[in-house]
Amino acid sequence: MPSNDSSALSADHFVADLEETPIRAVDAIDESEKPRSSWNDAWDSMKRRPTFWIAAGLILVVVVVALFPGLFTSVDPRAAELTKSNQGGESGHLLGFTLQGADVFSRIIWGTRASLTVGLLATIIVTLVGIVIGSLAGFYGGWLDAIVSRIGDIFFAIPTVLGAIVLMSILPTRTPLTVALVLSVFAWPQIARVMRGSVLSARGSDYVTASAALGVSRFRILLRHVVPNAITPVIVVATVSLGTFIVAEATLSFLGIGLPPSTMSWGNDINAARTSLRVSPAPLFWPAAALSVTVLSFLLMGDVVRDALDPKARARR
Amino acid sequence: MLWYTGRRLLQLIPVFFGATFLIYFMVFALPGDPVAALFGDKTPSPAVIDAIRAEYNLDKPFIVQYLLYIGGLFTGDLGTTFSGRPVADELVRAFPITFRLAMLALVFEAVAGIVVGLVAGLRKGKLFDTSALVVSLLLISVPTFVIGFLLQYVFGIQLGLFRTTVSSQAPWSELVLPAIVLASVSFAYIVRLTRASVAENSSADFVRTASAKGLTRRRVVTVHILRNSLVPVVTYLGVDIGSLMVGAIVTEGIFNIQGVGGTVYRAITLGEGPTVVSFVAVMVIIFMLANLLVDLLYALLDPRIRYAK
Amino acid sequence: MTSETTTSPRAERTGEPGAPLLEIKGLKIGFKTQAGYVDAVRGVDITMRQGESLAIVGESGSGKSTTATSIIDLLPGTGQVTGGQILFDGKDLTKASAAEMQAIRGREIGYVPQDPMSNLNPVWSIGFQVEEAIRANGIATGKQAVRARAIEVLKEAGLGDADQRLKQFPHQFSGGMRQRVLIGIGLSSRPKLLIADEPTSALDVTVQRRILDHLESLTRDYGTSVLFITHDLGLAAERAEKLVVMYKGRVVESGPSKEILANPQHPYTKRLVAAAPSLASRRIQSTIEPASTADLGVTAAGSDDAELIARAHQREEAGKAAADYITVDSLSKTYRIRQGGFKTTELKAVDEVSFRIPKGTTMALVGESGSGKSTVAKLVLQLESITSGTVSIGGQNVGALRGKELFDFRRRVQPVFQDPYGSLDPMYSVGNTIAEPLATHGIGDRASRQARVRELLDQVSLPASTVNRYPNELSGGQRQRIAVARALALKPDVIVLDEAVSALDVLVQGQILDLLTDLQTELGLTYLFITHDLAVVRLIADNVAVMQKGRIVESGTTDDIFAQPSKQYTRELLEAIPGAHFEFGR
Repeated sequence: MPSNDSSALSADHFVADLEETPIRAVDAIDESEKPRSSWNDAWDSMKRRPTFWIAAGLILVVVVVALFPGLFTSVDPRAAELTKSNQGGESGHLLGFTLQGADVFSRIIWGTRASLTVGLLATIIVTLVGIVIGSLAGFYGGWLDAIVSRIGDIFFAIPTVLGAIVLMSILPTRTPLTVALVLSVFAWPQIARVMRGSVLSARGSDYVTASAALGVSRFRILLRHVVPNAITPVIVVATVSLGTFIVAEATLSFLGIGLPPSTMSWGNDINAARTSLRVSPAPLFWPAAALSVTVLSFLLMGDVVRDALDPKARARR
Repeated sequence: MLWYTGRRLLQLIPVFFGATFLIYFMVFALPGDPVAALFGDKTPSPAVIDAIRAEYNLDKPFIVQYLLYIGGLFTGDLGTTFSGRPVADELVRAFPITFRLAMLALVFEAVAGIVVGLVAGLRKGKLFDTSALVVSLLLISVPTFVIGFLLQYVFGIQLGLFRTTVSSQAPWSELVLPAIVLASVSFAYIVRLTRASVAENSSADFVRTASAKGLTRRRVVTVHILRNSLVPVVTYLGVDIGSLMVGAIVTEGIFNIQGVGGTVYRAITLGEGPTVVSFVAVMVIIFMLANLLVDLLYALLDPRIRYAK
Repeated sequence: MTSETTTSPRAERTGEPGAPLLEIKGLKIGFKTQAGYVDAVRGVDITMRQGESLAIVGESGSGKSTTATSIIDLLPGTGQVTGGQILFDGKDLTKASAAEMQAIRGREIGYVPQDPMSNLNPVWSIGFQVEEAIRANGIATGKQAVRARAIEVLKEAGLGDADQRLKQFPHQFSGGMRQRVLIGIGLSSRPKLLIADEPTSALDVTVQRRILDHLESLTRDYGTSVLFITHDLGLAAERAEKLVVMYKGRVVESGPSKEILANPQHPYTKRLVAAAPSLASRRIQSTIEPASTADLGVTAAGSDDAELIARAHQREEAGKAAADYITVDSLSKTYRIRQGGFKTTELKAVDEVSFRIPKGTTMALVGESGSGKSTVAKLVLQLESITSGTVSIGGQNVGALRGKELFDFRRRVQPVFQDPYGSLDPMYSVGNTIAEPLATHGIGDRASRQARVRELLDQVSLPASTVNRYPNELSGGQRQRIAVARALALKPDVIVLDEAVSALDVLVQGQILDLLTDLQTELGLTYLFITHDLAVVRLIADNVAVMQKGRIVESGTTDDIFAQPSKQYTRELLEAIPGAHFEFGR
């Protein structure tokens, strides 16, 4: 019978020094660390990136400007003196004057609200509609999914701004809400698709099956287990959509079928300044810069959030 | 492959009818007098009103209107513009110009986008990658028309290198600057997409196996990494055609190009509803067909799709 | 390499007879992660001679794969060799240039990866991928010659219809066929060394043995040295002359496989030897019929052995006394699968399956993928509807239950699934996950539920503080314990374990099996244990039913099945247990 006698070992048989290779108890829990959910993980990784702080800061500034424009300028944006038409900057009016003679800087500040409102409203509508439709279609499948997907395909076949052009040409009234609605009508399929795909993959998870084996109702499983896990890609897309909606509104205003000219918005200001581009480029480029910086901040935020919520980065072990 | 093509064509049919119906519905079935809505602030003469009514069959039930319109589409009757010319004629004249513009833009965005994205993805985290990311983010944040004005101003007005407006013949050379403008946003998206795809594929198992076989780095990058990264880019191109069309309206407007986009642009700014609707309907159809082509291209690139039953 | 159309197999090797082929000295590898620098390999020494076969054995995180991939400089992402040498034929590979490495890869050192699906490029044909390897290593030149050689490679790999196969794509091949292609590619230039990284762990059990046998015969013919990476000690011992055991980036023991299995010295090795199901099952077998000479010298290390054997006997006793609790009679399940247009085909996943499980015992349902075993589990759990036949639990016909009765029934039968990373909702804290069954069935109030959660955590040997943690912070074994705790919350009579330990490391697997056995004795639970691993069955099951293509092939007590399998398929499965042919003793 073989023994544990080490003298019986062959020359080839190497055994490591026990002190250098201590064995840890299998499966021990490190009790010293604080509990961390995956949201904590995501937040931690976001906190660390400078891009997050830059984007968050910019967004905060834009939101504050939209809410309290009076804090940033005391000049009346509608006060226009034709004598100052297209003049350059001077003290108190740093960015110069528009074609009508109004203060460029003041108009940018006051125009923030309208531009941001359209983007925000459209995003909210599209996200809510998309989440509901996408999760129902993805979770229940069957004919519900088939019908919803076909309808989505039809709307998806019409590019958002093209469809908006047609609708805006017809509609009599133009307010930030109507513009937002019009944009939402054609943009919801994208969010719905993302949500549906996400729900489809979460639906097959074992924790869903485990809850079903407990007797939890299908709808409750959808609400409490599937949607919270499926929603992360939608958050990313929604953040980016906010930016693209702001651009879309500006494009519509540029074409003259966005917000009415009486509403102050960046898109309208850019449009109004184009005829005198040769002579005075500033009244066109300053609102354009404001728009670009705002959109950029949302895009950056979308990127940062996506990287933080990336499931590959989430799996720690 | 044939089976796949047939299936996609079949799927296209309900979408085609659905989308055209939707457009028609939006214009003519929503409450209010469609003619008044179409003309907005303008008041056309009674003769024109009658002509429009007759043309759009407004006295007949809505479904019949729609079917007559679709029937008209297939026989080449696409309606008439505000000035009375048939839309089909306008289209025949303007389409080649826009086609040239769009092709140039596609070539720019695809070639430049894939190359930049490839290099950025391979050197993830390094300077080139970060700069590419920043530039692409900027391009997406700035609306196409602003880029158009910017480039028009800098290269056209200030530096005088390019014409600020394009002549009615619209030869290839004059379309270069507008094409760059048109391509810019899409270029940015393609860079990001390629970059992400390349970065992901670089750490894929089959890439490691390819290297383990003894292939040169160059071959691994082109035949394995790049080839597999092309698939999502091609998918994106399908959606991109939609934004190219919208971009064409804007770009042709800025550079005064007499293409399809320019016509639509003028019609919008002048408030000519019927023209807008007719042209948009055609553009949507082109969008669907282009997507079909892209789907076929996708199947060519990815054999798993081809062989799926 | 010559420019002839084929090269003759190199059965003899050049080079000094005394010098080792591969010498790894003090190798250190580190990875840069978000959290900082991580040492994956901390000073590893391995020596291999020409014509030898060596296996590196370890659990996940041991650094075995990292060591292997570093030899051909294919470390993933941010990995880097930070110290030591890798001498191949006398040349230090850590200092080689990219061009030199590229020349060595494929030609002198071949590589066979683990997962055959993800390791072949899905967009290129099989022929393309084989031919590019041939061309890159200069084995043949010219279109015709390369194609001819590619066909040869596929034939050698055991694939019939080789010229048809060239045009096909990876997704059209089965897993086993894909692995054969990869092996063919790896050996196509008759390399001196072949690195095989868990080459069969992604394959079905019966396919595994065939592939490994094939690999063995090819490498013997060509005189190729083989470096195996595996987590299965039995497989390592069977296929390799020398063993290297790694733990947390270090070599803890190395030497001739027979000797290490017979006489393990390091505590970690002792544990591995004691826990490896393939070996443990042999041991239990041997105590029952010690007459077989092949098993002489099998009972080696560890007091764990005595426990295992005692438990196996205990179970037998308990099993004889109990009455049937679960009765499955002619159970069938047919799925309707929609095929593209309007056609639907029928798939009979379960075909007239019948078995009985006495109360308080464990019945194992064994089969490969597609055998229908998981579907049976879902039917017993009433997660899928029964097409025909009956399932009765405790006298109750569960197929007929609806509404409230069905809801109440769920308290009696609970599941534990395979994937510890998918069976817990990442958004729920551990406490909420375990409490969910209690909340759903309206048991007790908040305070009493919290108390019960603590009680359950204690039962699965987890500290009470785990209540506030989230799944992403825990290891696979810990998550599986929580899954067990959740299953126990409603005080069920039956637990259905669907491959519940298959995804765990060997030592952790042993712990969970111990836990399950203890709980069974304590709480009088009845287990339906689904698995593909017959070796694990030996450790835990009283009765076994073998399934193939939806039908039960054979069933009986574990002892009977192992000692006297009457059907061919059962015999194949038993043969497939790694280490089945290993000659214990010296």
